[in-house]
Amino acid sequence: MSTITADTTSLDVQAIRSDFPILEREMRNKPMVFLDSAASSQKPDSVVKAMDYYYQQQNANVHRGVYQLSQEATDAYEKGRHLVQGFINAASEKEVLFVRGTTEGINLVASSYGRKFLQEGDEVIISAMEHHSNIVPWQLICEQTGAKLRVIPVTDEGELIMEEYEQMLNERTKIVAVVHVSNTLGTINPVERIIELAHAKDIPVLLDGAQAIPHLKIDVQALDVDFYTFSGHKMFGPTGIGILYGKEKWLNAMPPYQGGGEMIETVSFEKTTFNELPHKFEAGTPDIAGAVGLGAAVEYMEQIGHEAIQKHEHDLLVYGTEALSKIPGIRLIGTAEDKASVISFLLDGAHPYDVGTILDQMGIAVRTGHHCTQPLMDRYGIPGTVRASFAVYNTKEDIDRLVEGVRRAAKMLA
Amino acid sequence: MSINEIQEEIVDEFSFFGDWMEKYEYIIDLGKSLPQIDEQYKDEDHIIKGCQSRVWLHAEPKGNQIQFTADSDAIITKGLIALLVRVLSDQKAADIAEADLYFIDKIGLKEHLSPTRSNGLVSMVKQMKLYGLAIQAKNAN
Repeated sequence: MSTITADTTSLDVQAIRSDFPILEREMRNKPMVFLDSAASSQKPDSVVKAMDYYYQQQNANVHRGVYQLSQEATDAYEKGRHLVQGFINAASEKEVLFVRGTTEGINLVASSYGRKFLQEGDEVIISAMEHHSNIVPWQLICEQTGAKLRVIPVTDEGELIMEEYEQMLNERTKIVAVVHVSNTLGTINPVERIIELAHAKDIPVLLDGAQAIPHLKIDVQALDVDFYTFSGHKMFGPTGIGILYGKEKWLNAMPPYQGGGEMIETVSFEKTTFNELPHKFEAGTPDIAGAVGLGAAVEYMEQIGHEAIQKHEHDLLVYGTEALSKIPGIRLIGTAEDKASVISFLLDGAHPYDVGTILDQMGIAVRTGHHCTQPLMDRYGIPGTVRASFAVYNTKEDIDRLVEGVRRAAKMLA
Repeated sequence: MSINEIQEEIVDEFSFFGDWMEKYEYIIDLGKSLPQIDEQYKDEDHIIKGCQSRVWLHAEPKGNQIQFTADSDAIITKGLIALLVRVLSDQKAADIAEADLYFIDKIGLKEHLSPTRSNGLVSMVKQMKLYGLAIQAKNAN
């Protein structure tokens, strides 16, 4: 475990790095620089160990088991839920559903809320900077119900045009689903205002928190958000597990998403009655080890502290933005005032794929392409970007290596 | 030259490079010097969509041979296309269909032809071989 200094806003990055053995690896015979945490973060020792311990010492199917081991497994699983509840300050554990990830969280709401509340002529509001995961599920349900998708446009800098959003809200709007932090641009959207405006017209709001949860302190009650969903693997937890937070009143009103075990109370061929929240939405044997790992990830983040994480990442963002901006021919995509630690860029005349390939040869891992936000790429008229994203274990030296790599790429591709 | 003779020639050329930079600089140069594909073929009918980069391929049958021209929006992809075109273009359709493109592995660029890379190259090779099969079948009739 990392040692934390007395000052709650500074952290010992070398101690943190020692929690992530993978960071010691070499790529292309050079020390690896990992700048793709926005796609999936690395996992600290404590997460891996917690899952290991679960499988070696506590493994059994959860709920309804009469024997001690099953009860221990259930406790381990439910402890994960309890930790997440505290982490996002949900009012009740009933409001914290385990899902496979953000994508499933959004699909669940689109499908379940949509089937119940959407009718022909209704409107669903998303934004132009959404990940495909927050576009396609809504398109599918709109096709089924005859509802229409409306899209909040973005500025050249990568900020939502709030006046347009305000005008879009009307009595036909049945839900607003927007991204909290853009995976491509890094923009932190003004979600408090988005929710306030929607609630003034009694419209619920879903936030895609996949990129926000690793960086920002999320308090679902303070936000007064109706649905908030995120993935474990972007916040130092395992893949395959995520959370859908939903206000109890909505979750109770919504029909189940999938049918199966766990989610039922009684089943007969004539009628099935459903289990209570949160189990009503958790059909089948869940990802028990994933829940245990996610709980360990929550503990890890809380131990470092949000303030310290945010300060460190902000320092990296400022340092990286300044250093990259000095490279001739570079164009930053996404220059919003309020940003998380993501820098998307293009080099004049160079395709992102080429830049990424050269950086890879130098042991630097970045993401290239459209980042599953094709409509956003179309908005800027570009094929994609090179994206460097920073997490709590990254250093200024990592950024120096990136800058050196981008300079080299610029020279080679000129 | 036969397909395999050209492959050997390329493997030999690449053996002189000391490090990755020389290798990639060469590929980038190849990309820049790839003869332009006729603009009329850079359309939806000729595109091979990769998630990362896009590729356009045109096949022109010449008797029992096929001439390929191709292009990409990414220069490294284009350089690799130049190599693939050099190996497979103006070869017999039957030979194209059955070609074993081992040179990519030998010059250490196998990862660029991995299906997960999603740069359009795997699909392009598949498409070239399908043209080979199609022309071969047509000529046999």
